[in-house]
Amino acid sequence: MDLSLSTRTVGDRTVVEVGGEIDVYTAPKLREQLVELVNDGNFHLVVDMEGVDFLDSTGLGVLVGGLKRVRAHEGSLRLVCNQERILKIFRITGLTKVFPIHTSVEEAVAATD
Amino acid sequence: MATVELRFSALPEHVRTARLVAAAVARRAGVEEAVLDEVRLAVGEACTRAVGLHQSNGISAPVRVLLTEEEKQFSIEVGDEAPHVAPGHKAPGAIGAADEAEAEEDQMGLAVISGLVDDVEVSAGEDGGLIRMCWPTTPPAALPA
Repeated sequence: MDLSLSTRTVGDRTVVEVGGEIDVYTAPKLREQLVELVNDGNFHLVVDMEGVDFLDSTGLGVLVGGLKRVRAHEGSLRLVCNQERILKIFRITGLTKVFPIHTSVEEAVAATD
Repeated sequence: MATVELRFSALPEHVRTARLVAAAVARRAGVEEAVLDEVRLAVGEACTRAVGLHQSNGISAPVRVLLTEEEKQFSIEVGDEAPHVAPGHKAPGAIGAADEAEAEEDQMGLAVISGLVDDVEVSAGEDGGLIRMCWPTTPPAALPA
């Protein structure tokens, strides 16, 4: 299965809906999308991972890269994920401490630190 | 003799195939359904690492995956042919940013594997590296007498 990406704007946030598998083959597409959004001035991103079937360390690397980019512009990158098998990967790599992870897009969009 | 042996060109697009094959063979071998996600992820990480090592070292040989059904356990071996040098071999300062990013990704992959799999061995030598992972299998339920 390939990776699907779609973006929409909700208030001052840009929601990136990701579907399919994020691995060594598809992760570059996600990286390009995040880079493009930041280059276009979108610094508050919400990555909706509810449609993601598979995520590996390459995908984690891309998300961390995205976080670094938005932070350089005082921005934010929030994740939406309720799937235990995906959350587990964030836990074992300690990335739950790095990313704010929300249970819904509404919650992520409303969140402020 | 491996139950199933897979060799694939060191290209990212084939890693998914390796994941699917490994999960299918693991299921057949009796690895619990709940653990199959871990098998899929771990073998994907090991193959991703091997593909990266082959590509960065310009190795045209394929990546090897051996899936072996053993008594009470299922093992996966992912072998690469990249010559591994001991850490510290390179002079400090000689490591470029690209190398560093690569090394970081490599470490992340290994971190995921060791976080997922209890029984894992990582070995490396001049002829290449090998990641061996094992999972227990549940014997098929005895037929009613």
